[in-house]
Amino acid sequence: MKRSKRFEILDERPVHQDGFIKEWPEAGLIAMEGPEDPRPSVKIENGKIVELDGKKREDFDMLDQFIADHTLDIDIIEDVMAQDSRELAHKIVDVNVSRDAVKRLGLGMTPAKVVEVVGHMNVVEMMFAVQKMRARKTPSNQCHVTNVKDHPALLAADAAEAAMRGFDELETTVGIVRYAASNAISIMVGGQTGRGGVLTQCAVEEAMELEMGMRGFTAYAETVSVYGTEQVFVDGDDTPWSKSFLASGYASRGLKMRYTSGTGSEAEMGFADGKSMLYLEARCLYMTKGAGVQGIQNGSISCVGVPGAVPSGVRAMLAENLIAMLLDLECASGNDQTFTHSRTRRTARMLMQFLPGTDFIFSGYSAVPNYDNMFAGSTHDVDDYDDYLTLQRDLKVNGGLVPVEEEDVIKIRNKGAKALQAVFKELGMPDITDEEVEAATYAHGSKDMPDRDVREDFRGIEDMLNRGTTGVAIVQALEKNGFEDVAENFFNLLKQRIAGDYLHTSAIFDENFHCISAVNDQNDYAGPGTGYRVPDELWEELKDIRFARDPEDIGE
Amino acid sequence: MQLNEDAIRQIVVDVLSGMSDQGSNSETKSYSPDRSGNMVLRETGRASEGRDNDEVVIAIGPAFGNKLSKTMIDVSHSEILREIMAGIEEEGIKARIVKNYITADVGFMGHQAAKISGSGIGIGLQSKGTILIHQKDLNPLANLELFPQAPLVDLATYRQIGKNAARYAKGENPEPVTTKNDQMARPKYQAISAVLYNKEVKYLDADKKVVEVEVSFK
Repeated sequence: MKRSKRFEILDERPVHQDGFIKEWPEAGLIAMEGPEDPRPSVKIENGKIVELDGKKREDFDMLDQFIADHTLDIDIIEDVMAQDSRELAHKIVDVNVSRDAVKRLGLGMTPAKVVEVVGHMNVVEMMFAVQKMRARKTPSNQCHVTNVKDHPALLAADAAEAAMRGFDELETTVGIVRYAASNAISIMVGGQTGRGGVLTQCAVEEAMELEMGMRGFTAYAETVSVYGTEQVFVDGDDTPWSKSFLASGYASRGLKMRYTSGTGSEAEMGFADGKSMLYLEARCLYMTKGAGVQGIQNGSISCVGVPGAVPSGVRAMLAENLIAMLLDLECASGNDQTFTHSRTRRTARMLMQFLPGTDFIFSGYSAVPNYDNMFAGSTHDVDDYDDYLTLQRDLKVNGGLVPVEEEDVIKIRNKGAKALQAVFKELGMPDITDEEVEAATYAHGSKDMPDRDVREDFRGIEDMLNRGTTGVAIVQALEKNGFEDVAENFFNLLKQRIAGDYLHTSAIFDENFHCISAVNDQNDYAGPGTGYRVPDELWEELKDIRFARDPEDIGE
Repeated sequence: MQLNEDAIRQIVVDVLSGMSDQGSNSETKSYSPDRSGNMVLRETGRASEGRDNDEVVIAIGPAFGNKLSKTMIDVSHSEILREIMAGIEEEGIKARIVKNYITADVGFMGHQAAKISGSGIGIGLQSKGTILIHQKDLNPLANLELFPQAPLVDLATYRQIGKNAARYAKGENPEPVTTKNDQMARPKYQAISAVLYNKEVKYLDADKKVVEVEVSFK
């Protein structure tokens, strides 16, 4: 066939690099409304659920059992299940039905029922529901701070800048595992330099992650994964009970934590039992609620290429965020992993959470260039900052970032790196040189940084850990070296685990360590003029992007 | 999760070289039989534990070679197995092939292969092309070398992986094969990978367990 020039150009577009597939329901490669998804049902006998979504108790797998015994509210479930799913969907988007009233319905629906309910909604209705149903009134944002070299000075500088730019939570991980403690300390020091009260975490293997939290090197955790089929759970050497136990480990130390789940993981691992991705994700969310965990990171996350490849997959990612909110869980709503070559697709996918606002619109905006992103790249990175700020300004939306001045950023990056330099010296870690501080201050990414002596770093980290170092030593180091303000912020953050306020749903801190959560900042959206509105003072800031010209200066 | 791979590898290599009399000075006898044409797999019964320490066992996935024939980037299974076997044999080590019907997880397949390998070194190879080198004393979820981004592994790399596995079997400490990383591999291949893996697990058959496979090229 002689090729059409138009089609030839279309074939070269980035979207053609994405790996799309047609649905294959038997393998679970279907986003929602799977033909084999169970019909919603529930039966109660003697105060116990004996049938759940078409399955008798004797046939329950461990997720069914956990959800039936620990999550669902048997006092209301028969009443809610008797209601028509389309009617329930109406209530969710009806501004005259309060968030509280809808919230009560969540635990009265089985996983199959809630999937059927959201299945009646298009994405605009889902966004509207997210605006009404998210737990915290004020939306917020989380970022990734990592780099290929695990360079501590660069991590501290990037964390300081990210905090100044408005991110309320900062997440790091490692290139090489032995750097974990160093990375955790680096972003915590950098973060508290940028703005007191930002929360920091380090995503690594679960036992190490918990230990770093207990030592005071991190302030929260989220890399605790749950899955929607028994087989995948077992393959990961886990059960709902073992995950609950881990969650209580954090709670007992006063540390915030949330689980991670997301559509596509079960199909990716070959054991979706022929069920749709959204149905399996709903099971994860009900399991999370039953474990007593305050929140979830979802929106497909690391398996995003799977739902992203099938019809209605991006809609399913929004639907899973919404189900989390219907269960009154904090929701860090994805947008954190490269899922497309197309700039159009990634922005469209992001608007689903950006427009209504969520507890954390990104569960990892890349606050480093994507080549340094050790979570395999995010949908948006540092080079997109000005585009993102412009979207906030265009649409009068608070997406969690504020415009900043170059001079201020340079200053705070320098201070973050210097503060860490002092901490490393006091902790007996290998030196951070003045040249490294200078390079980190002005760097775009790790390509602009000198290499570290990796073996020396490992030795220093190991010694430091063996000496039983905790966050208190870091506070002392900061105080001793003239970083009193950073020391105070760091100390304040450590104290929070005794106060426990930030164990409440959707908790973050403002710069005065005032806790903002679903308890004291409850979402009260009830139609136009209610709920979250960009405050005037913030709007003045958001309007003022540095590349907008003042009419007074034009032509004069 | 990236467990401390470098450290584990170092420990295993240290232990292995302590066990081996030849150490890294072992003689390399290269023999590479002619393997032109397409491979034919013949299953010859339950796989046994190897007694010779001069072998590396390659465990292929249940669909490899006969139910499926190509990886997610359409490289033929024949070509891949030919290269891995040649890489092993170049180092004077024998390649033994088994097919695992119990699991299609690359880590567990590789670990199972290592457990029945006379040298304690095994390779896990999925139909979609994902491959790793394993050692019998490691935790199943650990490994000596893992190549998670299969679309970036070319035939020369498969051969090099075979070579490295053979060198571990001889108690040597080879430089790990260079791994490539491309963050855009996910949007391009993740769903394709899921399709192939789901096709693979369809052929799991716990009753068949792990079977010996005779490979010929015609």
